[in-house]
Amino acid sequence: MSVDSRVKFPSRALWYTQWARRFKHGDVFFRALTILASALVLLVTLAIGYELWQNSALPRAKFGLEFLTGIDWNPVTNVFGALPYIYGTLLTSFIAVLIAVPIGLGIAIFLAELAPDWLRQPLGFLVELLAAVPSVVYGLWALYVLVPTLIQPTAKLLNAQLSFLPIFEGPVYGPSRLAASLVLSIMILPTISSVSRDVFLAIPRAQREAALALGATQWETISQVLVPYGLSGILGAVILGLGRALGETIAVTMVIGNNPDLTASILHPGYTMASIIANEFSEATSDLYRQALIEIGLVLFIITLFLNLIARLLVWRVARRVPTEARV
Amino acid sequence: MATDHSERLRVFTRALANREESSDAAAGVAGKPHQTKIQVRDMSFYYGTSRALESINIDFPEHYITAIIGPSGCGKSTLLRTLNRMSDLVPHTRIEGQILLDGEDLTAPSVDVVDVRRRVGMVFQRPNPFPKSIYDNLVFGPRLLGMNDRAALDAIVERSLRGAALWDEVKDKLHTSGLALSGGQQQRLCIARAMAIEPEVILMDEPASALDPIATFKIEELMQSLRERYTIIIVTHNMQQAARVSDYTAFMSWQAVAALSYNAPSAERDGSSANVTKSQAGRIIEFGSTRQIFTTPKEKETEDYITGRFG
Amino acid sequence: MTTGSFPQTRGANYRRRKFVNGVMLTLTGVATLLAVFPLVWIISYVVLEGGRFLSLDFFTQLPTPVGVPGGGVANAILGSAMVVGIACVIAMPISLVAAFYVTDHPNTPLGVAVRFGTDVLAGIPSIVMGIFAYTVVVLPQRHFSAFSGGFALAIIMTPIVLRTTEEMLKLVPRNLREGALALGAPEWKTSLQVLLPAALNGVVTGVMLGIARVAGEAAPMIFTAFGNPFFSTDPNQPIATLPHTIYVYAISPYKDWHDKAWTTALVLIAFVLGLNVLARVLTARQAHQWSGN
Repeated sequence: MSVDSRVKFPSRALWYTQWARRFKHGDVFFRALTILASALVLLVTLAIGYELWQNSALPRAKFGLEFLTGIDWNPVTNVFGALPYIYGTLLTSFIAVLIAVPIGLGIAIFLAELAPDWLRQPLGFLVELLAAVPSVVYGLWALYVLVPTLIQPTAKLLNAQLSFLPIFEGPVYGPSRLAASLVLSIMILPTISSVSRDVFLAIPRAQREAALALGATQWETISQVLVPYGLSGILGAVILGLGRALGETIAVTMVIGNNPDLTASILHPGYTMASIIANEFSEATSDLYRQALIEIGLVLFIITLFLNLIARLLVWRVARRVPTEARV
Repeated sequence: MATDHSERLRVFTRALANREESSDAAAGVAGKPHQTKIQVRDMSFYYGTSRALESINIDFPEHYITAIIGPSGCGKSTLLRTLNRMSDLVPHTRIEGQILLDGEDLTAPSVDVVDVRRRVGMVFQRPNPFPKSIYDNLVFGPRLLGMNDRAALDAIVERSLRGAALWDEVKDKLHTSGLALSGGQQQRLCIARAMAIEPEVILMDEPASALDPIATFKIEELMQSLRERYTIIIVTHNMQQAARVSDYTAFMSWQAVAALSYNAPSAERDGSSANVTKSQAGRIIEFGSTRQIFTTPKEKETEDYITGRFG
Repeated sequence: MTTGSFPQTRGANYRRRKFVNGVMLTLTGVATLLAVFPLVWIISYVVLEGGRFLSLDFFTQLPTPVGVPGGGVANAILGSAMVVGIACVIAMPISLVAAFYVTDHPNTPLGVAVRFGTDVLAGIPSIVMGIFAYTVVVLPQRHFSAFSGGFALAIIMTPIVLRTTEEMLKLVPRNLREGALALGAPEWKTSLQVLLPAALNGVVTGVMLGIARVAGEAAPMIFTAFGNPFFSTDPNQPIATLPHTIYVYAISPYKDWHDKAWTTALVLIAFVLGLNVLARVLTARQAHQWSGN
């Protein structure tokens, strides 16, 4: 007992001295500053959601959930339904992911498993540069180069051969959902490929060795061992790409044709959530009109937030599995 | 030092004696017909320009267990990995000389590594089951070879698991993850997985180094029953283990190589002699029956190593 | 030793496996080329199209009306510099200081939350950031402004600077920091005087990547900075930016504005890609610094 108190007393005194010293040296101040800055970053994320919610009160009160299912968007009559835009966003993003996933995975595999050392870095950098090209430059290039040289001939061909399928119904336009999807697929390629490359690189060597020692070819090792092993991470990469596609604005706005309809044809012009915000926000005169656009932003925010949460959790899970196995 | 020396020799002798009492199969090294399965001829191995293995010559006898021992860094694992060309996985490596599997040179450019690895299986230092079910781990190899018949696969699974003495422990949970097993069970699963494609040779790279003594004992026991059907080559840093399980032992070292390789013809090609003096290429110091290596080593270096005077 | 019935590696099945292997591995290489192809296409097209009208005037003159030849985008260059500058002033101190916290305390609840929040923030579309800037800056002020544009860009920039800086700070060996602490340096001094200089390349890289990313943002500019055909240095007034100028020129129906869009794109892309290349060089050097010896 007496020993205890003898030990405790000086330690408490020490505690005080330590804090006093820290205070003097400015540590407490610095620590507080770093915590404040970190909290601020978190706060901003929350504040975005709060502001979007607060500033879309009018249409939420007036239309409720019908805002999501309504197909009429008319500022003159003050009726706002966002379905055509939601549909357009989902359709173009889905096709973009469909195109980008096999290519992005191929790139990831090539960079992580096959490329010789001297090629790995420069090639990886080139692919990542695709993410650095500004959206508006993609739009400019797509509108004046890609659409006339590639999209229009392709669309005509698809329509001529496969017009019995609703998704290839005519008439054929240049600016179209197909054009938007293709540009999107190029834009999300670096996201999908670099995240899944990192997933492949995180897979333990022992997995490759196990498969190869059983007489698997390199492709069998990749497709039957590495891809299943990293599947959740790869899925995360795909969802991150999807999230980018959903929110992409300027390039899509420039090539999609900005026509709100609900036809199935990818050769038709369409409209997306981000595009209508970009096109109409600065002209929105009435409060209801502007808040309806903000509510579209809110929907976009919620979808991308949700997708990002899932994707990050999936990617983190692969990173965590490595030590689990090494534990054995 | 002297007492230590004789004490250690006694331990090995006891290990050898115990084994011969307990297992008839291991009885006579000289008793069985003796055929060479893998013949390594003048093989050198290079990482880039530095030599890791120096003119290796060794005959691995068929249906025996051969242990490779030696100080760490002497190239034991490297030698083992050349035997099924897993050494190819490290870029900028090169094999010189010949490795003959039943007389066929594995280092020839025309040889397909996929085929080599089907015939020469491997078990690694750490158990590395796929994060799949036990069943899927086992049928991975057979499926690659085009077997899709459910009954045949089931038979392979049972035979391999029985062979690896794991059947009784897992027969009721074949479809649970292989990662859910204990470390020792995982390693036996990996052995079973290697056996499932019926290789001719099984290479084991310190297969028990990550396991506890009981699991180690089970693996060693298993190896005794496997030698009937396979040629086994095991790398181990544990000399008692080598004495316990193997019929033949090769002792490798890189020490004293400097002086030796100084005059070697290939050293002159490398150019600078200073480089060569520093190089630590592994070579085989002595190879013989395990009993001979551990009781009457011919080389001073071998004796120093197994009696603990080394390094 | 193999039993007679057991499938061998040789034979038809094996030829098929080898074929599939060859084809699929080749396809991954093709996929990589497929990705590099649009990059080359875009850059070469921008250089060829935009280069035709590049002149000194383009950097020093104001835009001319439709049909009047000449002119430049001096106002947009200045405007972009201003808006990005404002973004840096807001985002840099916060993200740098937060990066120190996250590096020091990666596993505290706040540390985990911030890292996760940063990742999430990075995934929110820039147009949504624009709306946020609109509701908190433009609406209360009742007018568009350079400041609101800078504010939107600051939020887009924060996660990029934070994550890059964090990655770079993590590369600084622990013993360097422990050495400083052992010498009796207080924590904040260690951070600022030892850690920061040691990771300076990394911090600079993070800031450069952040700038490169936001300098190309057009979407949030539409209803924050808004655009302005004249010179402006007033943060409280609407202002022109390069990406927004490209957008306006590109969707106009006039041929000569399209030409100007390409030239402006050349200026923008040279700046953005240049920063990216520079950042890459610095990153390589930083990684080399701690791994080299």
